[in-house]
Amino acid sequence: MDINPKFLYSKNDEWVEIDGKTAVIGITDYAQNALSDIVFVEISVSEGDELEASDLIGTVESVKAASDVYTPVSGRVTAANEAAVDKPEILNTDPFGIAWLVKLENEDGFDTSDLMDAAAYQAYCEQRE
Amino acid sequence: MTTKHEQPTVFELSSTGRAGFRFPQPDVPSAELDPALERSDLPMPELSELDVVRHFTLLSELNYAVDLGFYPLGSCTMKYNPKICERTARMPGFSQLHPAQPIETLQGALLLVYEMQDILQKVSGFTAGSLTPAAGAQGEFCGVKMIAAYHADRKNDRRKVMLIPDSAHGTNPASSVMSGFTVKPVPTDARGNIDLDGLRALCNEDLAGIMITNPNTLGLFDENIDQVTGLIHQAGGLVYGDGANMNALLGVVKPAELGFDVLHFNLHKTFATPHGGGGPGAGAVVCTDTLAPFLPGPLAAVLEPATEELPPLYGWKMPEKSIGRVGAFSGHFAVIVRAYTYCLMQGADGMRRIAEHAALNANYLMHALKNAYPLPYDRTCMHEFVLDAKWEDAPGVRALDVAKRLMDYKFHPPTNYFPLIVHEALMIEPTETESKQTLDAFIEAMLAIAREAHEQPELLHGAPFTTPFGRMDEVKAAKDLKLTA
Repeated sequence: MDINPKFLYSKNDEWVEIDGKTAVIGITDYAQNALSDIVFVEISVSEGDELEASDLIGTVESVKAASDVYTPVSGRVTAANEAAVDKPEILNTDPFGIAWLVKLENEDGFDTSDLMDAAAYQAYCEQRE
Repeated sequence: MTTKHEQPTVFELSSTGRAGFRFPQPDVPSAELDPALERSDLPMPELSELDVVRHFTLLSELNYAVDLGFYPLGSCTMKYNPKICERTARMPGFSQLHPAQPIETLQGALLLVYEMQDILQKVSGFTAGSLTPAAGAQGEFCGVKMIAAYHADRKNDRRKVMLIPDSAHGTNPASSVMSGFTVKPVPTDARGNIDLDGLRALCNEDLAGIMITNPNTLGLFDENIDQVTGLIHQAGGLVYGDGANMNALLGVVKPAELGFDVLHFNLHKTFATPHGGGGPGAGAVVCTDTLAPFLPGPLAAVLEPATEELPPLYGWKMPEKSIGRVGAFSGHFAVIVRAYTYCLMQGADGMRRIAEHAALNANYLMHALKNAYPLPYDRTCMHEFVLDAKWEDAPGVRALDVAKRLMDYKFHPPTNYFPLIVHEALMIEPTETESKQTLDAFIEAMLAIAREAHEQPELLHGAPFTTPFGRMDEVKAAKDLKLTA
């Protein structure tokens, strides 16, 4: 299982990469592996939407299950990844890279107090194995 | 991979000009059609009656059904459907009725519906019920809609949060969202019960209710159920019971006594009417006096009480603040006749034996398999149990492989990848109608497959080998849809 050491993680297996006032959100390698082959991605938010932490941003569907994806942080949507919608399989091959789902912006910065760092997330995943 | 069993489609069998049917000469004047509605070609398959009979008879031989073999499809209660229930449903006094006939000519049918409402109330401990929902998911939708109507009637607009345990049936969130609720998941604790601390944190003034399946989809009876329903009621919420797993409780536990406020039954599971490809479902709802005014209608009711000379007059009645009709007329009547027959055949002791034997059979299988397959929640189960088909010393073998390989052993695969909290879930529900010999044969097949998983995993990855078609490419099937000829 891959974990990106620089990202923060939610209990619902989303990752967030924070750079000052912008954040990128996606699903983790653990999540894509548990879902198996991903066949459909829907991003239900669009540019300009204001989101609170744990708001729904979309749905990821595999041959096994459909799973909702939530934003771990609050902010305004600045981009949604069309590539992930067009080619859902990239969530299996590169979940931490080209398969990001949405980008957010927040003038006040992001509250990350409920999120895990890489080490804590690793332990959280192992405990569920 | 294809085999000799492969059948061309009716379109491929078509031969221009061949016909199995000739329209009679019209005995009424012909009408002029709007030319805009006319077309010169109609690409329908052209076959003789014999072509059609052979085609569908051959296809029917490829079916798998509970009349052919063991069908341990967890959560679906694929028990034997007694043939006497088919006989009663086909009696002309039932099968030739039209629901719009005057009620005076429908008294027998109305009495049956009235008595079936009563049977379901007695079994569940509730005081009101409606048989109109057409299937389980619709019964569930009605139950949730009734909770919404109850809060709206009390002008309590804040209550918009429906709690759903993470082991719930997938339809639960859908019913909630359709009824205008926001769904919040409730975690499961290490023993497979609803996590009480997690639940407490969610009990507040926004709470509309909770949807609980008990026994849950792990096949476990929730040991904290009275505390759960107590917490919800204290917070002003209502408790919806998903009755999909009622087969485990029949004649033993009444959901009303556990603190449920409304519950749906799957007549097609618990009361042995055909389902899956075999026919429509029926999703009766039962509830407390408090929720009774909101039931979907119409209900069978006594319109005029019996006199010394005459029996009571039965008819239809809409509850006072009903959420309305959920279909035309009054539900799947022929399914209700089958379920009613089944209930009368069982009687009260028979009901209890159903639950006892369903739980006994499931525990027998679970104990025989738990050393060969990981069992994530190791407790006495109810009517079903969930294995986690993954082994550290057999990497690469998944639940899907075990399920497909079972087809080579002539068993219907169990439900897989559900509930979602068990990653490689195989959910096995034998039902009470299987004999010890059948259960032993299934155990033998499952143990053989567990050995193959370690010694010859290629047999699992390639399976099934004995079916008309081999392993399907599920990714291609989901992504590369071909919906036209």
